[in-house]
Amino acid sequence: MDTPIIPGPQKQTPKDAFSKAAEILISAIIKAMGYSAIVFVIMIFYFLMSEGVAAFGEVPLSVLFSTRWYPIEGYYGILPLISGSLLVTVGATLFAVPIGLATAIYIAEIAPRWVREILKPVVEILAGLPSVVLGFIGVIALAPQLRILLDLPTGLTALAGSILLGIIAIPTIVSVAEDALDGVPRAYRDAALAIGATRWQTIWRVTLPAAKSGVLTAVMLGIGRAIGETMTVMMVSGNAPIMARGLGALFLPTRTMTATIAAEMGEVAKGSIHYHVLFLIGGILFMISLLVNIIASAMVFRVKKRSERILS
Amino acid sequence: MGKFRSLIIVLLLSFVTLACSAGTPGANAPIDQNEVNAHIEVKGSDTMVNLALAWAEAYQKEVETVTISITGGGSGTGIAALLNNTVDLANASRRIKEEEITQARSQGIEPNEIVVARDAVAVIVNPANPIDHLSLQQISDIFQGKYENWQELGGDDRPIVRVSRETNSGTHVYFLETVLRLGEKDNKALFHPNTLLLPSSEGIIAEVRDNPNAIGYDGLGYVTHDVKVLGIDIDQAGNVVFPSMETVGLGIYPIARDLFVYTNGEPQGANKAFIDWILSDSGQSIVKELGFVAITP
Repeated sequence: MDTPIIPGPQKQTPKDAFSKAAEILISAIIKAMGYSAIVFVIMIFYFLMSEGVAAFGEVPLSVLFSTRWYPIEGYYGILPLISGSLLVTVGATLFAVPIGLATAIYIAEIAPRWVREILKPVVEILAGLPSVVLGFIGVIALAPQLRILLDLPTGLTALAGSILLGIIAIPTIVSVAEDALDGVPRAYRDAALAIGATRWQTIWRVTLPAAKSGVLTAVMLGIGRAIGETMTVMMVSGNAPIMARGLGALFLPTRTMTATIAAEMGEVAKGSIHYHVLFLIGGILFMISLLVNIIASAMVFRVKKRSERILS
Repeated sequence: MGKFRSLIIVLLLSFVTLACSAGTPGANAPIDQNEVNAHIEVKGSDTMVNLALAWAEAYQKEVETVTISITGGGSGTGIAALLNNTVDLANASRRIKEEEITQARSQGIEPNEIVVARDAVAVIVNPANPIDHLSLQQISDIFQGKYENWQELGGDDRPIVRVSRETNSGTHVYFLETVLRLGEKDNKALFHPNTLLLPSSEGIIAEVRDNPNAIGYDGLGYVTHDVKVLGIDIDQAGNVVFPSMETVGLGIYPIARDLFVYTNGEPQGANKAFIDWILSDSGQSIVKELGFVAITP
């Protein structure tokens, strides 16, 4: 019959003091790491803007917001570049959202287990495809086919860029949307099926609306992925700075902000007007993707709030 | 909040230090004449990159103590690198601009120009295009967008697709000045905005090869047999000149230019030895092998 040892008031050993100090240190380091992402974002934005705002002083606003981009002769109109980026991104969204959502629905709701186990890794491989490889395929195979199929003057168009960017955005949309659909409680589906809804009605009227916020986040993240992509667009979209005035411009060549920075950053002398304008474009691009990400996370927060409401 | 602020300051400071130490690689690597292993950093014109590589390869075989690294990127890129003092030699397929010289001087750099070879720029179309020759005025009008259909020039009923290098290319600037503006100083002609600006010579060849609507231009050294080189009308009598080593050498092909190497001040030490070798017979014979035109016939 052993009597249990009752721990008395402990004496502080040097070892304890050390581990306590270590713990404080480690938590401080981890805290710093946590904040570092914010610090980096702020610093990058500050850096872009500190170089970019000088452009406002050097280039008259009427030139900056004109529609002609030809920097070696002093034409710094950034509107065709902004419209080019938006056009290609809208095109990519139109292409990627239906395919991405359909794939996500199939994986999450319809596919048998073994198909699901093949499809998910395959989609992830698509995500890992280097964009330069995709661009190469675009130049060799996609663009000439587009020209012949649609009888266009050239295949190097915003459309070619949109399709390839869509392919880049699809894996993001699929995996986030699939997670969202997976998160819908089983009981929702069971209830729908129990009152006689078909499988399609269940997906379209119950599961998809229930996962709406997550699905919208998936779309926004896909858009964010597409707007920042550089190499592929530069290779297949022809890079002609044409002002896009509607979706018809999809069938014309276009020049995006990312391709402009990539193609021209190497040639500019530090501190020149062209250099400052390129930084300004970088800043605008940063703000656009920040906006997209803010919208995406605002949607995530809304989901949380609602689930909290349900729980309380 | 105070803690957070000091954290930002510390991180900012560490970044500033990093940026300062990384910002000036050129300054840390001066070329010393007495140094046993000299290193020459060359950057610039994509037109000249194959030529520069061939020079470097042959020269390094002869002089084993020198290592040379060559990067392309375009003439503008090379000159910008020279201005930022990150290279020893800048290759350029166009002459340095006034603004660039002013910029260089303000940064304490004195660009020194050496002509190392000559090159023809060929105007190319798809082999399916029935047109064989055009005048400079017609080519200028095509690239400015005054013609929209090949029919207007006696060709098939097809839209014209203009293909050009990016603006950082020396070939682009040369073509703008010599062909679009016909060499006139006060001519302000520009490429039509829907001109495709492709990032590489290969991209231009690929588009012209595949697309019967396309017209482009490229250094003669890059032109392959699956595109059609246009002749240039040189007078009203119907005489046409095609680009070749002979026509450039005789000075009758109108779209031919000098190729340059720029250094910071008079070349010294290993740089000077390399440039002297380029200008020698051994260097110039490589020029001819690669389809360019030697400066000493």
